Amino acid sequence: MPKTEALNTTEEISSTEVKPSFIEEYAPIAKDGLWDNNAVFAQMLGLCPLLAVSNTVINALGLGIATMMVLIISNMSVSLIRNIVRPEIRLPVFVVIIASAVTAIELVMHAWFHELYLVLGIFIPLIVTNCAIIARAEAFASKNTLGKSFFDGLMMGLGFTLVLVALGTMREVIGMGTLFSNAHIMFGNGMQWLTIEVFSDYDGFLLAILPPGAFIGLAFLLAGRNYIKIKQKNKKKRQKQQDLKLEPGIIS
Amino acid sequence: MFLAQSSPFLKPELSVSKMMLVVTMLMIPGVLTAIYVFGYGVLVNIILAIIFALTFEAITLYLRRRPIAVYLKDKSALLTAVIIGVALPPLAPWWLTFVGLFFAIVIAKQLYGGLGYNTFNPAMVAYAILLISFPAEMTTYWQTPAMLASQFEGQTLSLLETINFQLFAQLPAGMTIDALTSATPLDIVRTAVLNGSATIDEIHAEGNAFGMLGGIGTEWVNLAFLAGGLFMMRKGLISWHIPISLLATLGFLSLLFGSFELDSNPSPLFHLFSGATMLGAFFIATDPVTASTTPRGRVIYGAGIGALIYIIRTWGGYPDAIAFAVLLMNMCAPLLDYYTQPRVYGHKADERDDEEAS
Repeated sequence: MPKTEALNTTEEISSTEVKPSFIEEYAPIAKDGLWDNNAVFAQMLGLCPLLAVSNTVINALGLGIATMMVLIISNMSVSLIRNIVRPEIRLPVFVVIIASAVTAIELVMHAWFHELYLVLGIFIPLIVTNCAIIARAEAFASKNTLGKSFFDGLMMGLGFTLVLVALGTMREVIGMGTLFSNAHIMFGNGMQWLTIEVFSDYDGFLLAILPPGAFIGLAFLLAGRNYIKIKQKNKKKRQKQQDLKLEPGIIS
Repeated sequence: MFLAQSSPFLKPELSVSKMMLVVTMLMIPGVLTAIYVFGYGVLVNIILAIIFALTFEAITLYLRRRPIAVYLKDKSALLTAVIIGVALPPLAPWWLTFVGLFFAIVIAKQLYGGLGYNTFNPAMVAYAILLISFPAEMTTYWQTPAMLASQFEGQTLSLLETINFQLFAQLPAGMTIDALTSATPLDIVRTAVLNGSATIDEIHAEGNAFGMLGGIGTEWVNLAFLAGGLFMMRKGLISWHIPISLLATLGFLSLLFGSFELDSNPSPLFHLFSGATMLGAFFIATDPVTASTTPRGRVIYGAGIGALIYIIRTWGGYPDAIAFAVLLMNMCAPLLDYYTQPRVYGHKADERDDEEAS
């Protein structure tokens, strides 16, 4: 699996490159990828696969992990060549790198996750058109070290996967009343017990599985995220006001 | 004599609240006819729909921090609820109404910004969503019309038995849902034509689809809604443009195509007096928020709905088509308004800014 290889190489490099403020440097990247600058929530990128394959949790997880792998590979490669490639031709180079990464992932899935490959179908090659990937290559990896770029790819991919799985969970529970249906196409036949029937005797709510359900579900997720953001903002404002009120008291 | 008066000097005759109430009142003849034809289920549907509508409206208004009483008083939720109540199949289980009203009030109306801001007709959004999501319940839970039930010795339910079925899905012993329900006239004709199993004349002879004017049973409901609608038009609550152009287009298209193949095309009267044609033409398509607002725009809007109804009924995937036709034309309403603005008095009807620029 490419994932374990990637982990090994970056551990070596990151441990030699950054030592003193490891957490200070990497925590913002994680926060960016997972929440503040989340590919879906903040950048609204990669919505096409998000809306198309989030009808079950397993599909969502499959495509999410595939996208994450591509992001990691492309981020690392771009970071490695960032000082060699002239800026005038960087975009075609990025595209070639991403396309090769996607092709590799597609072949991997074809070989080891054949059923999942068949279910996801055209959306695996279409990862290449996911704007989140080229956006990270251009905005982050082409300006940062290998370790950071790897970590950014991992966190951005994880953020994307989490939103995908959240939407998949919503749609699957409401639409079919199950969770992790078809778990065997991802985890092998031994994991079929994973499928949970949330509501027994449920007739299904077709709208949630159909494309409109994806749009409505995404809208609710975004609304929820905005709600949390506004709450946080208000909290900060109140704290600032309280601090201002306290200050004169301290001085006098 | 010299009483100082400030503008406006022309008072609007009706407030939004009163207008909604009058429109709802004018639906009563149609509703009563529907109850007579399709049984008490219609009544249960409407009562459930009103309860759900007001509850959802109050909850969303509370969440949106809007004054609840003020907005509940505009009675638009009431009208939406009554329209959905009549449009749903008479034996619809309670959760069908619940889901429908949730989508109508919460998603199609309040999340778009409340009355006046919704792009799509809330009642029709609910109907379309239910039809797509629960096709079995939406098409098969139509109780056999009273006229047919006596003729074919079909069973009917009392009020209590109806409530028991809709709330708890329990039928009296010995009754089955199949014995209580029958396909709607539009459905019968559509299926026969699509399968090529029977010609129009053969369906006529069988006597379970055609009444005197339109579909058996539904023709009376349609006539009652027509009466209510004409009264609305006379009172000036709605302009003539939308209903007339809608009915004229539907009638013209069915006449045009009906005169080619008599075996597979029912008469224009059947199209006009079956399903929800009159309810749609007078009470749904004329929704002041989602319809076009200019006179010419309204004519095109109504004609578009009429044409779409005929197209979907004849070649589409569903027996009736009011919901989809209205929703599709709702999308066009802003564009129609833009291109059909009447000439301002004193100005020449010149070209638009954007056309000049190009």
